[in-house]
Amino acid sequence: MIEASNVSVSIGRKPIVADIEFAVAPGEFAAIVGPNGSGKTTFLRALSGELACTGTIKINGRDIAAMKSWEAASVRAVLPQATALSFPYTVREIVRLGVLGGRSRAASASSDDLPEKALARVDLGGFAGRLYQELSGGEQQRVQLARVLCQVWLPVLDGVPRYLLLDEPISSLDIKHQLIIMNIARDFAHEGGGVVAILHDLNLTAMFADRIAVMQRGRLAAAGTPRAVLTDRLVSDVFDCALRVDTLPPAGMPFLLPQAAG
Amino acid sequence: MAYDIMDGVIGRRRRASLDGDRTALARLVIAGLVLALALTVLFSLDSGASDASGWQFLLDAAFPSFDSTLSMRDRVIMIDIRLPRVMLGVLVGASLAVSGAVMQGLFRNPLADPGLIGISAGSSLAAVAVIVLGATVLAPVILVFGSFALPIAAFFGGLATTLLLYRISTRQGRTSVATMLLAGIALAAMAMAFTGLLIFAADDRQLRDLTFWSLGSLSGATWQKIGAVAPIMLLALVATPFLARGLNALALGEATASHLGIPVQRLKYVAIIAVAAATGASVAVSGGIGFVGIVVPHLLRLVIGPDNRFLLPASALLGASLLLLADAVSRTIVAPAELPIGIVTAAAGAPFFLWILLGKRGVLDL
Repeated sequence: MIEASNVSVSIGRKPIVADIEFAVAPGEFAAIVGPNGSGKTTFLRALSGELACTGTIKINGRDIAAMKSWEAASVRAVLPQATALSFPYTVREIVRLGVLGGRSRAASASSDDLPEKALARVDLGGFAGRLYQELSGGEQQRVQLARVLCQVWLPVLDGVPRYLLLDEPISSLDIKHQLIIMNIARDFAHEGGGVVAILHDLNLTAMFADRIAVMQRGRLAAAGTPRAVLTDRLVSDVFDCALRVDTLPPAGMPFLLPQAAG
Repeated sequence: MAYDIMDGVIGRRRRASLDGDRTALARLVIAGLVLALALTVLFSLDSGASDASGWQFLLDAAFPSFDSTLSMRDRVIMIDIRLPRVMLGVLVGASLAVSGAVMQGLFRNPLADPGLIGISAGSSLAAVAVIVLGATVLAPVILVFGSFALPIAAFFGGLATTLLLYRISTRQGRTSVATMLLAGIALAAMAMAFTGLLIFAADDRQLRDLTFWSLGSLSGATWQKIGAVAPIMLLALVATPFLARGLNALALGEATASHLGIPVQRLKYVAIIAVAAATGASVAVSGGIGFVGIVVPHLLRLVIGPDNRFLLPASALLGASLLLLADAVSRTIVAPAELPIGIVTAAAGAPFFLWILLGKRGVLDL
């Protein structure tokens, strides 16, 4: 269980996030949605222990402020929005950093082929020998996800649930790979881990997330199941845009929903 | 132009092996570098202004029971001149190259170097102050430390600059690497201004000392000096392998490295102290020797990739070999006079570096 209670974050004197109550239980896929600049990433950085905050954040009952970085690394992995790399590492070398990070080694006797497996999982089989910096943005994003998966390869280790914190994991991906990644996240939750993901695609969010937290101007505007949260009034208000849920476009206009993928 | 770029890219792909695992290649290269260093040491012992034979000396050392053909004079040349000089070359070369590699990993920038962020400039300022003000203001320092005043001053100059830099760029326990880089450039400029002021005030004899020292040289090698700096350098060199994994993770950024379980703040602290110690000690005994810290790690990254677990030991080995070769050139090319080694490393290193860059122009920003 990750529990955040009464969490506020200020950067300098400016309050970015205020009074957030949030929890994700093992087995759950929680999505955070909200307009740009609503504090989603800041809140996720607080959850990961990267930013100091007031209030308390606990992972599996332990306060993250009191955890050493290697202790935190063994129970949760974090995918940042973008990762700039300074030296010409190969894809395998990047993914292997994940193996060295968490307790993947304890998890699997065959940790040597873990990078291969993780790459195949994100549909990058055969990419291990490529240089990271030569890949497209979407491919780089999937390499980073493979690295993150290596760190917490087993959703539950020694009876302790582990967590994925993903900041816009599908923002640069085509629809096929968006679905692949969302399925990975859902499977991770179904196998007993917990997932927190910042998402912008409300359709995919509705399709995969167990619960949605909606953020607006640094505060929690709503939280609950997709059915309960995604209402005309709430999305119109939060995104400042007249929106209607469950409404088809005018006849004759093509539209594509991920739900229709076979 | 487009063709050039493609060519560069394909060339790189060929080098990174098919499964992206360069571990075996790196091990092979390191084994080769060990051999190369052994040969270079032999060659350095054997070459010099006198015709004393390094081979004979080693044979004697290995089989003391044989009748030696080595004269007393040659034996003295070996033990008191060439051997300490070779050892100093190995230590300084390894320290400079490893310091460069660690700094580059820390700053996530292939151009970072102790010379760039002011550590060398701080060392130099202190050393120049001792040379110029030794007879007046700093006379007590000379009185206390005697001939060690200069190396000690250079060492503490480098350390003081580093600590100052660390204080400037650390707020609430977090060190900003970007601030440190910029502040380092400012501190280097300031140190150079003061150094310039001292040079301006120096007399002719002091100027000769200054010139020779600032161009770098291993000619002052004695067992005493080695005894003074070797422990510092060895401590720093021994610390660096423990940094390798953390520096690899740091390539993804500080936040990500921390998420991977690396204690980033402690890593930065240890890396900075190790670099300051190794650089300060190097400048202290050999003056300003440029280019080793940038060229050596860069060359190795092209061959074995940027994995610091292999890059750091390989840098130490190649740095030591290259500095020994440069020193062999510097003491034989105008024998019996001696060229400052900094001239040799810059004259050979700079064009070579440019040549590599031109060949890689298409993929430079990769």
